[in-house]
Amino acid sequence: MILAALVLAILTLGPIGAVLVRAGGLGDLAPGDLQALRFTVFQATLSGLFSVALAIPVARALARQTFWGRGLLVSLMGAPFILPVIVAVMGLLAVFGRSGLVNGALDALGLPNVNIYGLHGVVLAHVFFNLPLAVRMLLQAWLAIPAERFRLASSLGLTPWGVFCTLEWPLLRRIAPGAFAVVFVICLTSFAVALTLGGGPRATTVELAIYQAMRFDFDLGRAAVLGLVQLTLGFVAGLVALKLAPAQGFGIGRGRWVARWDGRGLARVLDFFWIGLAAAFLLAPLALVVARGVPGLLEGAGEGTWRAAGHSLMVALASTTLAVLWALPLATRRGELLSIAAIAISPLVLGTGLFLLLRPFVNPFTMALPVTAVVNALMALPFMLRILRPEAEQVARDFGRLGATLRMTPWAWLRLVWLPRLRRPLGFAMGLTAALAMGDLGVIALFADPDRATLPLQIHRLMGAYRMEAAAGAALLLLMLSFGLFWLFDRGGRVHVED
Amino acid sequence: MLRIEDLVVTMDGQDLTGDLVMQEGARVAVLGPSGAGKSTLLDVIAGFRQADGVLRWKCDVLADRPEDRPISILFQDGNLFPHMTIARNLALALRPDGCRLSPVQNEQVEQALARVGLAGMGPRKPGTLSGGQQSRAALARVLLQARPIILLDEPFSALGPALKQEMLALVQEVADELGALVMMVTHAPDDARRFAQSVVLVANGQVHEPVETEAFFKTPPAAFRGYIGQTTD
Amino acid sequence: MTPYMKAFTFAAGCLMASTALAETPALTVYAPDYFVSEWGPGPKIEELFEAECNCDLQFKPGDLLPRILLEGAQTDADVVIGLNTDVTKKARESGLFGTHGVALDGLTLPLPWSDDTFLPFNYGHTAFIYDTTKIDTPPASFEALLEAPDDLRLVIQDPRSSISGLALVLWVQSVYGDQAQEAWAKLAPKIVTVTRGWSESYGMFTDGEADMVLSYTTSPAYHIIAEEDETKKAAIFPEGHYFMVELAAKLKGTDQPELADQFMEFILSEAFQGMIATGNWSIPAALPKDQWPDGFKKLNLPEKVLFYSEDEAAAVRAEAIEAWRAALSQ
Repeated sequence: MILAALVLAILTLGPIGAVLVRAGGLGDLAPGDLQALRFTVFQATLSGLFSVALAIPVARALARQTFWGRGLLVSLMGAPFILPVIVAVMGLLAVFGRSGLVNGALDALGLPNVNIYGLHGVVLAHVFFNLPLAVRMLLQAWLAIPAERFRLASSLGLTPWGVFCTLEWPLLRRIAPGAFAVVFVICLTSFAVALTLGGGPRATTVELAIYQAMRFDFDLGRAAVLGLVQLTLGFVAGLVALKLAPAQGFGIGRGRWVARWDGRGLARVLDFFWIGLAAAFLLAPLALVVARGVPGLLEGAGEGTWRAAGHSLMVALASTTLAVLWALPLATRRGELLSIAAIAISPLVLGTGLFLLLRPFVNPFTMALPVTAVVNALMALPFMLRILRPEAEQVARDFGRLGATLRMTPWAWLRLVWLPRLRRPLGFAMGLTAALAMGDLGVIALFADPDRATLPLQIHRLMGAYRMEAAAGAALLLLMLSFGLFWLFDRGGRVHVED
Repeated sequence: MLRIEDLVVTMDGQDLTGDLVMQEGARVAVLGPSGAGKSTLLDVIAGFRQADGVLRWKCDVLADRPEDRPISILFQDGNLFPHMTIARNLALALRPDGCRLSPVQNEQVEQALARVGLAGMGPRKPGTLSGGQQSRAALARVLLQARPIILLDEPFSALGPALKQEMLALVQEVADELGALVMMVTHAPDDARRFAQSVVLVANGQVHEPVETEAFFKTPPAAFRGYIGQTTD
Repeated sequence: MTPYMKAFTFAAGCLMASTALAETPALTVYAPDYFVSEWGPGPKIEELFEAECNCDLQFKPGDLLPRILLEGAQTDADVVIGLNTDVTKKARESGLFGTHGVALDGLTLPLPWSDDTFLPFNYGHTAFIYDTTKIDTPPASFEALLEAPDDLRLVIQDPRSSISGLALVLWVQSVYGDQAQEAWAKLAPKIVTVTRGWSESYGMFTDGEADMVLSYTTSPAYHIIAEEDETKKAAIFPEGHYFMVELAAKLKGTDQPELADQFMEFILSEAFQGMIATGNWSIPAALPKDQWPDGFKKLNLPEKVLFYSEDEAAAVRAEAIEAWRAALSQ
């Protein structure tokens, strides 16, 4: 526990420290920075609120309705979160852009067009990315309510409102603040999405200011200050969320899927409305990414693309392993708090700091893939813990005393109780980590290796060389691989969970 | 003997205090009103709850950590891991490191299951067993653990009267076999009468010294009379 | 073979490989990421140069100047290729770069060049690219672009994160000077959005999300040569186009000075110059027009070229970006 926390702290604060030392102290903020800070917090708050608010009816609908393809839909809906930013933006524009599907339909109906660019576009894009995550976090918790409780509620003749107050509200109170915090913190470091869909410099975020300071002005002091501001924001958000979310359990359940008694009639119609809406919103851009990518992929992705795919897979698997090992000892309240700061750390500051720290000892170029794997594991850790911690605590509450009287060794506890009981959330968390690691550009700006490109880097290179079609093909490959990994882990966690 | 000296447990509302001595091999019922602290007392003995005072087994002070105490405990529920087979659940009593059992140990598990009337049920999962069968499986594990103190926190309260009686008889056999001290929290005076040699009353923040069962029920203490519905005279 | 023997032969093989490497001198060249991909000029440069130098040319892709400044005098780089004029001032002031010593009389740039530290290898100009199947008559001048109806959709890059975006604000600054902010205010309603880098913008353009994209005069060459598609054209403005040149420089502290010098000479050689046009989709810096690939001869190129020296650019840059920011934030 202490070791894992220490490594985490060193990796989060070390790089900022290194940048600060190199800069010789804190720099001054530029006049636009305060405005960027305001915009960043504002858009992240809105994005978090909308993502979680929309996730509530969707997760509830998915929790109580069964239908053919439900499992696949739940898996598929996770895909936006794992898309590389550039690919996702293209998919979103193909639907909501000026010449996208929505405006095409509006034109056909003779209605005025909608303009996606602006604050609402930023929020829309962030909801697109993060709604799946929020839905899954809520759904996970929803499924953790023992079905007996719902049976009890219906035998008591509770109205839907009554069920909400007695069962679902306590659940939301426990999970929603954490989900909000995670989305908020992710959106804090948004840069390319915010800029592109924000429609211009109005949508300047702190991360963009860091980029400018670091890459254009070479003002490390200012970059470090901004990085610290961002980290503090994320940390405070995490702190508030954890304060708001009381860690209370729902007692031991049978762990079995029992059909819900509620959710019939009008509720059923409403549920399917929400499911349909979310599916259309999330899947339409994905479908267009696929459609655009097919020609490029059929033409042959090229040897470099396949090699890059191989590297990405390696990085993803290494990151996942690392993140699991890291998450095991940190699945506590304090561990989660510590980790939430990790998403708020600017990837640019992190990359530069690691470069400064590692350079005296190793050649940064040869470290490209390992560093990418470590950074991706670090970035995925907060998600892992958010997903695992409530369930891990539940397992400890339900079986901790039994394990103790049986004098189970820590290893036996881990192997026989912890891992099997946490299969579902662990599979989900691992799938997420793997997919995130597949899609992340990581710290390539300073740790690039000409022969070991990852797939996202390959996509950028293809686009940079005008090969938009090949890039779309590579993006489709990336989507398939990310999703494949996600699906494998997620499914793996869900087989045989009936007993 | 199990000796509890100068016990003070901080609880919501009222603290629980008392001194207690119980002999090896004794069967003791813990009676008292709801919320008086019966389960809390067991938790303290098992080590799940911090309290002031000294707990001694024979002459030694009991270790701090529950896993280091010579105690088996059966909770109200959740006594078996639902995702493991019965055999696997029982195996943990012999190999707390979760490793595979030796053939001899496997034989022990089979015998323990047979002993509680569950021969051949090893490969099944707890969810496929009836409540009574689950209780038996848990008891079979207590048998395998072979520890000198057994704590029962109303583990049979959900069973029907006939089944409960059967289980109590089984516990008695197991305890005799192991020569173990058994402390059983219960709500039912009948169970106590049938099973226990002595009764510990927990009431009004006080853990009373054990009283021989017959004597206890002959002249119940005032605190207990109120609980079972007898008017005070 | 026993596992031990296998391990031994493997170790011996590694040892031999590394001694073999040590015998050929290595030249370390920092280059932008796009340079080293299989479609960039990097692999071709490596092949051509290694044929004549009997050395091992190693490209290290990634950030150029930020990394060199971070590394300082301990940098591994011998040569840097792919710098832009926006960083030359900072690079020069770092004192890390030495003179290139290459004769500049072979240069065929549209403007005089006498820098003895930074050597140009290819160039282009900022330009708005359009699709002839969608726009019959593009704006004929910058002024016409400003006055174009607001449903003309432009996509540009952010000057704070993209070199072409920065070139655009300098372009506007050099055409409109004090009136830059007013010019931007007229452009603002036509600008669909601003992207972080060139790739996103160009992708939006090819997807039909925008009618015109800020890119380079040389962009149509890719479509002509690689896709046999002549429908993408640069709109040429008589006010002039901003000059964009890519540069190479030698590190002062290089441990391979002869090889580095040889590489700098190689940059202006015919072998390099003949390949760079289709390798990097830019106009060679030292090659007469009649030797350009055919696709490049078809390009619309501006008569007038605008360019700020590094000192001038440094002086107006903040003001130019602020004019852009202020006008587009309205």
